[in-house]
Amino acid sequence: MSPRFLPNRDRDVYRDAGAMAIGIAIVGASFGALATTAGLPWWIPVAMSFLTFAATSQFAMLAVITAGGGVIAGLVAGIVIHLRHIPYGLAVGDLYWKHWWTRLLGTHMLIDQSTAFALAAGEDRRRAKTAFWATSVILFIAWNVGTVIGVLAGGYIADPAVLGLDAAFPALLLALLVPALKDRGTLLAALVGAAIALATAPFLPTGIPVLLALAGLAVTWPRRGGTETAR
Amino acid sequence: MTAVLALAVGVFLVRLTGPVLRNRINVSERTEAMMKRGATVVLAALVITGALIADGGFAGWALPAGVLVGGLLAWRRAPILVIVVAAAATTALLRLAGIS
Repeated sequence: MSPRFLPNRDRDVYRDAGAMAIGIAIVGASFGALATTAGLPWWIPVAMSFLTFAATSQFAMLAVITAGGGVIAGLVAGIVIHLRHIPYGLAVGDLYWKHWWTRLLGTHMLIDQSTAFALAAGEDRRRAKTAFWATSVILFIAWNVGTVIGVLAGGYIADPAVLGLDAAFPALLLALLVPALKDRGTLLAALVGAAIALATAPFLPTGIPVLLALAGLAVTWPRRGGTETAR
Repeated sequence: MTAVLALAVGVFLVRLTGPVLRNRINVSERTEAMMKRGATVVLAALVITGALIADGGFAGWALPAGVLVGGLLAWRRAPILVIVVAAAATTALLRLAGIS
């Protein structure tokens, strides 16, 4: 495990989440700008960002609707692309499953980054909780502030692709996955899963290929180790 | 407004599914490890498809090149801030140079 993830050094979690917040805010701004230039009233992107907090779902729904695909098709695209959060909730759901309000907030704020930051904490539950909440809250604020800025600034917002932000997000997730991928079984499952996702991506709706990647688990499933103990 | 609320409710229910399922089963240490591995596998697939695919086709060279630079730096244990900035800068500069 990387020394970056020692328990008494949580400051780096805030720093890393803070760095990503800038990127998220810019993407949020581009969402707000895209929605308003498409002719939607200002409050629609603002309400979507606050109530949904799911970048890929919001962009997917907006894309389908602005392309003339209709609201129902937009909803379906937005929800299908979000299904990857089911395995996320299975993996990190216990971190916020305590009071009714932590369940509510944690569920609402479950995103790629909060999952990846929590997983990167490894066996350290306290740090995983800190990482989950810090990332969630910081990025929630950034996403919503960004959306509002985008709505106000409209066409003046820089294209996130020009800034290379579409590379920043996979790079962040990859960096957070490195400690977990040092486990051979996990690495093998991830490689097989990624290959399945890549092979099926041209033919299936976005959101399904990354779920099919779970089939990669089958490669390593039946292994029985000394760690098998019922709780 | 109905559509906005419908998406919010749909997405919330998807997010709720994981922890609710989790609480319905007896989570052994091995199941716990497998669920964590499952989330890791999905995130890894998201990284690979996010790096290589855009709009259903090949995303061009600039994007995977940036992610690759980030990946190499991550492997060399660079700080996350450096990884993210280097990945974005690589992709942005390649695009600026006309390589999409």
